[in-house]
Amino acid sequence: MIEIKDLHKSYKMGNNSLHVLKGINFKVEEGELVAIMGSSGSGKSTLLNILGMLDELDEGSYTLDGVPIKNLSETKAAQYRNKFLGFIFQSFNLINYKSAAENVALPLYYQKVPRKERQEKAMQYLEKVGLKPWAEHLPNELSGGQKQRVAIARAMAAEPKVLLADEPTGALDSKTSYEVMDLIQKINDEGNTILVVTHEEDIAHMCKRIVHLKDGVIVEDKKVEQVRAEQYV
Amino acid sequence: MFNRDNWKEIFDTIQKNKLRTFLSGFTVALGILIFVVLYGFGNGLINTFNEFFEDDATNTFFVFPGRTSMPYKGYKSNRQIEFDNSDLADIEESFPLFLEYVSPRVDRSGMVKYKNESNNYTTRGVSESYQFAEKTIIMKGRYLNQEDIKDKAKYAVIGRLVEKDLFKNESALGKYIDITGSVFKVIGVFQDDAGDDEERRIYIPYTTRQLIEKNTDKINQIVIGFKPEIGYAGAMAFEGQLGKFIREKKYIDPNDQRGFFIRNVADQLKQNQQFAGVLQIIVAFVAFGTIIAGIIGISNIMVFVVKERTKEIGIRKALGATPKAVISTILLESVFITTVSGAVGMIIGVGMLSSLGDTLKDYFITNPFINMGTAIFATIVLILFGGLAGYIPARRAARIKPIVALRDE
Ligand SMILES: Nc1ncnc2c1ncn2[C@@H]1O[C@H](COP(=O)(O)OP(=O)(O)OP(=O)(O)O)[C@@H](O)[C@H]1O
Ligand SMILES: [Mg+2]
Repeated sequence: MIEIKDLHKSYKMGNNSLHVLKGINFKVEEGELVAIMGSSGSGKSTLLNILGMLDELDEGSYTLDGVPIKNLSETKAAQYRNKFLGFIFQSFNLINYKSAAENVALPLYYQKVPRKERQEKAMQYLEKVGLKPWAEHLPNELSGGQKQRVAIARAMAAEPKVLLADEPTGALDSKTSYEVMDLIQKINDEGNTILVVTHEEDIAHMCKRIVHLKDGVIVEDKKVEQVRAEQYV
Repeated sequence: MFNRDNWKEIFDTIQKNKLRTFLSGFTVALGILIFVVLYGFGNGLINTFNEFFEDDATNTFFVFPGRTSMPYKGYKSNRQIEFDNSDLADIEESFPLFLEYVSPRVDRSGMVKYKNESNNYTTRGVSESYQFAEKTIIMKGRYLNQEDIKDKAKYAVIGRLVEKDLFKNESALGKYIDITGSVFKVIGVFQDDAGDDEERRIYIPYTTRQLIEKNTDKINQIVIGFKPEIGYAGAMAFEGQLGKFIREKKYIDPNDQRGFFIRNVADQLKQNQQFAGVLQIIVAFVAFGTIIAGIIGISNIMVFVVKERTKEIGIRKALGATPKAVISTILLESVFITTVSGAVGMIIGVGMLSSLGDTLKDYFITNPFINMGTAIFATIVLILFGGLAGYIPARRAARIKPIVALRDE
């Protein structure tokens, strides 16, 4: 599903250049649930953003579902993001003047799904994350956990091939974190490929594979026995 | 770009961001409103200027006698100049190329009586052609004619208000009135656009007036109508030649400014029109300044709006919004707001102008108006620039990498 080879990325700041990713080789198969770990500043978010086509790589190659991602125009990149990728951010990134249902329906708007169908689908996914009664609420009327569940519903609504989550539980307490992880596990159970950035060990162990980043390279990549989150909910 | 779904999305955004919508809409509406009103006031000023002349013919000279201020050819200074009937004939003879008509004007004021009613009015001795100079409109009966002048007939043409004052609801036509001791038959009633003062006048043959005044041949003033086709330049030339002619005939020093006076209505009209034209240019300048201020206002608001929405744009891009979709959302929103509020401002402005009418006449603004073409043009200019003002920051926002936009706080 995802294949990156010898990926390099630096940030230029004035005359200085900060080499963040220094040759990453990495492969993710369909249906995997991968945790990306590493200390703060190790480049986890940078990697995820490149995978999500929110940022560009400097060197190396990236193939997503067999499509080489290289020198894409903004329009093409937008179409790929829309079709292939779903995002879950630590800070939720909901549009604050749109209701929960409208937020969930937004990626479908860019897929040119008709309005009625959009609304139906949005409700369907809100139901999946247990927020159907909150459909008409604005984000600032929701708790952090609820917001993240709306964001998850939004990411899933577009039915992407890959779900990218950057510290989805970073802003949540442990109980709500487990609820969110429970959701993510269930989505994964349905066969979706998911990458989760985290620096919490327990969250990482709820995935099926853990990749460790250190100083811009992968230092460890291991399969783990999945801990089900359901039992803590 | 123009499907229903896009518009729904835009209306949603507009509805849910009322302050933003109000701010940009208000700027545009106010800009257009002020433009329309100012421009209309400019036209109102011009109307006022034109109205001063409207009720009288403009192809007219009035010649008034004066007192000389210099000795000349054996005549002493401070001599009263007088006109008489021979001057009329001489002028008529000397300027056939320029002249349309000549009429004397001898004003007297005094008591006019009918049965028990009486009042003080100005009675004006004129010839038949004087009707053209005042643009007098006959309501019933007729105006004086050449025969009346020749016969020194005791006929009077009275103003509408004279009839109303003296005759109440009766018709004055054919009745006899007493004008300072002489009996005149009313042969006509007139109205005049210039208003009440003019409609309280009585016209009689100047020859009759002269007969009453001991058969004199003196006249107060000479009114000269020139052929309109000689134009402004012709009128100015005629004025010069006429002045020279009178000086020679009356032995007035060529440099004496006080022997007589010529009031050239065409020249006054032209000067007033020029003045009004300059005023209109100034007003138009201010009005376009308002439009430019409106454009700058809407530009600032759009820059602010796009800046405020950077993060939202980042989110939308992460969810798959293409640059085109981002630009069209922002652009259509701003064009929609400017169009609606521009139209509203324009309609309010035009409505205000047309409801004003004569109420500002004391401030020299009469019937202010703006032609729809100008109003619509200004509105379209503002919409276009409002769109452009939205487009530039929208395009910049659409180009930001999503990750940068998402990081915006
Ligand atoms: N836009 C940027 N410009 C310059 N430097 C950046 C930028 N984004 C990240 N960096 C730097 O790159 C390095 C890696 O950042 P990154 O956000 O990938 O770390 P991270 O592993 O996600 O850390 P955390 O766990 O704190 O989120 C950091 O040193 C950071 O300061
Ligand atoms: Mg990070």
